[in-house]
Amino acid sequence: MARQRVALVGMPNTGKSTLFNQLTGSSARIGNWPGLTVELMSARLLLGDAMVELVDLPGLHNLHGFSEDERVARHFLETQPVNALLVVINAAQMDRQLAFALQMRALGVPILLVLNMADEAGKRGIQIDVDILTARLGMPVCLLSAKYGKGVPELRHALAGLLARHPEGRQAPPYILAEDDSIEKDVDALIEQTLHIPPELAPSHTDRLDRLLLHPWLGLPLFFLFMLTMFQLVYGLGKPLQDGLAWLLEAGKTQALAPLVTNFLPFGKSFILDGLYDGIGTVLSFMPLIVLFFMAMAVVEDSGYLSRAAYLMDALMARMGLDGRAFVMQLMGFGCNVPAIMGTRIIRSRPQRILAMMTIPFSLCSARLQVFMFFIGAVFSARAAPWVLFSLYLMSFAISFLTAWLWGNKARRDPDPLIMELPPYRLPTLRYLFRQALRESGHFVRSAGGFIVLGAAMVWLLTHMPSGIPPASPQTWAGRMASFMSPVFDPLGIDRLLSIALLFGFVAKEVVIGSLAVIYGAGPTELPGMVARSLDWVQAYSFMLFTLIYTPCLSTLATLRQETGGMRVVLISIGWSLAAAWAISFAFYQGARLLGY
Amino acid sequence: MLGITPLNAYPAGRCGTIVSIEAHGHLADRMHALGLTPGRFIRVMRRSPWRGPIHIRAGQTDLILRREEAALVRVTPFLPTHAPGQK
Repeated sequence: MARQRVALVGMPNTGKSTLFNQLTGSSARIGNWPGLTVELMSARLLLGDAMVELVDLPGLHNLHGFSEDERVARHFLETQPVNALLVVINAAQMDRQLAFALQMRALGVPILLVLNMADEAGKRGIQIDVDILTARLGMPVCLLSAKYGKGVPELRHALAGLLARHPEGRQAPPYILAEDDSIEKDVDALIEQTLHIPPELAPSHTDRLDRLLLHPWLGLPLFFLFMLTMFQLVYGLGKPLQDGLAWLLEAGKTQALAPLVTNFLPFGKSFILDGLYDGIGTVLSFMPLIVLFFMAMAVVEDSGYLSRAAYLMDALMARMGLDGRAFVMQLMGFGCNVPAIMGTRIIRSRPQRILAMMTIPFSLCSARLQVFMFFIGAVFSARAAPWVLFSLYLMSFAISFLTAWLWGNKARRDPDPLIMELPPYRLPTLRYLFRQALRESGHFVRSAGGFIVLGAAMVWLLTHMPSGIPPASPQTWAGRMASFMSPVFDPLGIDRLLSIALLFGFVAKEVVIGSLAVIYGAGPTELPGMVARSLDWVQAYSFMLFTLIYTPCLSTLATLRQETGGMRVVLISIGWSLAAAWAISFAFYQGARLLGY
Repeated sequence: MLGITPLNAYPAGRCGTIVSIEAHGHLADRMHALGLTPGRFIRVMRRSPWRGPIHIRAGQTDLILRREEAALVRVTPFLPTHAPGQK
């Protein structure tokens, strides 16, 4: 028998992905923000003794919706046979979302209706008569809370029953617009019979928080204060952890690895110890920081504060040809630029979307964060450190805004309507936080791991060839390449060894620190001291500015190409960022020197 | 009918009932899906400075929309005399 397939559909912000994770035990990305499920996730699910494939479709507002996500979901339903649909709606917003369930019923596929977020509905005093609803809709209905796992076993049972009754898969007919008016009347009648909403709601936590966080004058300063606090926290907790791990890795090198390779030829010994181990170890020592950072991002994403950020920033962003959603995607880009670029799919106007995609590569992503953490830790005092990091985040915004302002003429003429939901404030569960941290670090190791190993090996070869001369000296291959580039980098205060690291940072920013370790021939514990001795703070800051701006990594460029469907934006992006990086580093370095620093 | 105004003219705190939506095509669909339908009782929660978006509450859903879009929503200050959602 062919495997049965079930698709999960629902509007954005109904906890669809949370339910998917609860059912399948995998960890799709969840966000309190539309458009976060950018690729189709599917997983196998054991129901009774049958194996069922569960597909998580992107959120859609209705079947004739216009965003990229909605197109993807509609295309799937029209081309792929499914045995049943799990239609997820937010129980706290049933007054609005029930119509969606009725639209889905018009597809003619068996439906199990899931009323999610029963906890939030309960808090608002909303009562739902599930029995009458089941009878009137003629489809099984489950009231549950996916976030806390309540009612999920009952859902599995109900789904198994539904699939047993409908063993054959069915394809939705090319969609004919449902009679919305008739649906409207059905919905009104249904709501009257099954839903009880208290007439006047007492101000909720969300209302009280909004009064402060969306305050006309305090809103934005508070927002930036929160971001600063978050980065301080990540830095304060992450730095000692990183130092500890660096010490452990160093101990592993001298105690365990070095004795193992004593009999190797000097050449091979150096390759393993100073090339691979130091390069990879130095990058690995930043893992705790990355994990902490992604946990903090998960809290922000899940909290609902991102939609508030869109509200607060929209007026400002509109003047640059962008909108509040583009600002939120820049914040998402702090994690990684790639999903943020994909997230711009919710912007429908093409000039606006392309402009948003051009600004995102300047978001200070977690890979660049490692580079900055390293240099700041090495060169600046502990008291100055968080402020230096914060200044780089401000710089990241500034250069994004400059980009939008310079390239935004077309986008300003074609504004996209902005209308979106403000979800209530939510806190993620601890379980979800740990799962997210695990997932992100796994992703980091898988995606950057290969580049880092390869990069470390390449840099070692370049700095140790030809053999017989001191590593990284001007006569080595790396030294010669650096001399060739020196007219470009000397005016920025970036010395030859650093310029080699920048060359490799083009592939992935994670490689920068690894290649520095190889170039200086030092592990994660001695490297900061060596770097601090060879450059002052002005040079270090100039190098960081250049690293922040100079070019997106290869994965980001590949995503840009895929999402814009051509090389034009990619080439403009590379050219503009290189020019801007050079000009800004130059202005900073020469300016600081002129002022006598 | 007297007293029908575009939503963007409403100050923070005022309530009203949607009379009609002047949007077309995709925008109309989106507004509909987000619960902006004739007969729906809505409240303006707050307006952001510098001509930024407006925060409204429609039923159990909080929304933000720009003033340009809000101008397409016609409201009357009268309380609803019929069930929400009815034409």
